[in-house]
Amino acid sequence: MDAAHFISILIQASYFVAAVLLILGIKRMSSPVTARSGIQWAGVGVLVAVIATFFHHGGPDRILIENAALIFAAIALSTAMAWYSGKKVAMTDMPQMVALYNGMGGGSAAAIGASALLGAALSGSPEHALTVTQKVLAVVGALIGAVSFTGSLIAFAKLQGWMDKTFRFNGQQAVNGLCFLAAVVLGGFVVYQMQPGAIVLFFAAALLFGILMTLPIGGADMPVVISLYNAFTGLAVGFEGFVQQNVALIIAGTVVGAAGTLLTRLMAKAMNRSISNVLFSNFGGGGQAAAEIKGSMKPIEADDAASLLYLAEKVIIVPGYGMAVAQAQHKIWELSQQLIKRDKDVKFAIHPVAGRMPGHMNVLLAEAGVPYDLIADMDDINPEFPNCDVAIVIGANDVVNPVAKTDKSSPIYGMPILDVALAKQVIVIKRGKGTGFAGIENALFYQDNCKMLYADGQEAANKLIAGLKAVDGGGGH
Amino acid sequence: MIDGFLALYLFMLAAFTGHEIISRVPVILHTPLMSGSNFVHGIVLVGAMVALGEATTPLQQVIGFVGVFLGAGNAAGGYVVTERMLEMFKSSKKPAAGEGK
Repeated sequence: MDAAHFISILIQASYFVAAVLLILGIKRMSSPVTARSGIQWAGVGVLVAVIATFFHHGGPDRILIENAALIFAAIALSTAMAWYSGKKVAMTDMPQMVALYNGMGGGSAAAIGASALLGAALSGSPEHALTVTQKVLAVVGALIGAVSFTGSLIAFAKLQGWMDKTFRFNGQQAVNGLCFLAAVVLGGFVVYQMQPGAIVLFFAAALLFGILMTLPIGGADMPVVISLYNAFTGLAVGFEGFVQQNVALIIAGTVVGAAGTLLTRLMAKAMNRSISNVLFSNFGGGGQAAAEIKGSMKPIEADDAASLLYLAEKVIIVPGYGMAVAQAQHKIWELSQQLIKRDKDVKFAIHPVAGRMPGHMNVLLAEAGVPYDLIADMDDINPEFPNCDVAIVIGANDVVNPVAKTDKSSPIYGMPILDVALAKQVIVIKRGKGTGFAGIENALFYQDNCKMLYADGQEAANKLIAGLKAVDGGGGH
Repeated sequence: MIDGFLALYLFMLAAFTGHEIISRVPVILHTPLMSGSNFVHGIVLVGAMVALGEATTPLQQVIGFVGVFLGAGNAAGGYVVTERMLEMFKSSKKPAAGEGK
């Protein structure tokens, strides 16, 4: 066995180890106890593969030193930037960072496709030639990757507040459809006839389609879109892995593609939307006509609310994204600790789409120090609301709106909600009287058992803590 | 050469694996998991390195450079944010010090 052959086997073995570590890593990330070691295992997997690839020789032993230097420079530069931005980003801004990094992966997959296609088109040498299957998957992977790339960048810009939330014009669907059609036709032509000009046009159409497709989607639907693009990037990586005949890429990419598709469906289901509905309808940013609701909103002072909490045995806190925007999660946890000290049964109820991504709220609460076993999912906590003395709603709105169960004409009808309305007493902490993301009046606020505490989240929590201490002299028991 | 039905089997098995792994995940881990799976497809960096390594024309070098740059960002950024999120998850039942290390 000569040296080159030995190195080649070593590289293949490294890729195999990497694939195993990546799958085990995702597996471990699916339980809170092992999650952290999961990302570390996956990290080792990618590191092993990257180091092995440095020894990969381009075809017949002639990697250019120049190329090796370029690889090193690109990795160093990009890693430094991504590492820094990833360390610095606030937990509330996590969704757009995931979108950004995901988009980069999609772009990378598209670049692999472009390189393979142009390499085959421009050089006549058989070593660059691609089989028909390779051509088809290079084109499909590049299309998906390019859409994920520009689409994710738009999603990032929107969530970061750099861009108007929605951008719509008449006949938009038709324009988008034509753009998609153009990309597909050009892609087909590229497979049929490897022409450099057609390849460039194909990529232009694919990149443009990613932008057009994402522009009309509103902020509320962004989590589903980010998750969808995550699955897209996975698939693109899998397909380009086939083009390069790299099994580690095929496996890791396809696993993420399938897992991401399932995750996207779970999210869309939690929001009572189908994926096509998210992509092709105009719900996400629009305001609906408010339904007539009888009754009035009843305000409550913080001291009275504190007394209610003091007398309660079971308290459920329902946080929404508004709480995170007000940076009130630390104060809310402090309030919860005060309640726990007074022997109250305190739980946090999380709607699947609370925050900007499913599970985002859990991350924000975890950051504030809330142990995960105090945090309950919707299905587990809903039966407990009728026995709950006081439910505190802070920064959540649509996900506790009972019209989702009662009013068939409501746009959120059918969406699963937290049954806060069934609690004996509800305190809603809210800055003003505005409506939620969906622009729908909340019937809960008008119920007899519901009191409104108008205040900023942090301020309200502070006052409630002070009020609790005033009732019993501050010591608990 | 992996082609034809062998490739099809590979895609099929990998897809089932992904589906199986995710289907038992509690909602509290959805965001870190999306972020973690985002890191996993950062393995694309390896493909981009090969593409740039085999580049013979300036055009391919530029495309390869962009590919490696984007892929490295995917991997590095994805790792850092996922690790930061998961670091924070702890249980009230156990002392925080013995967690996940």
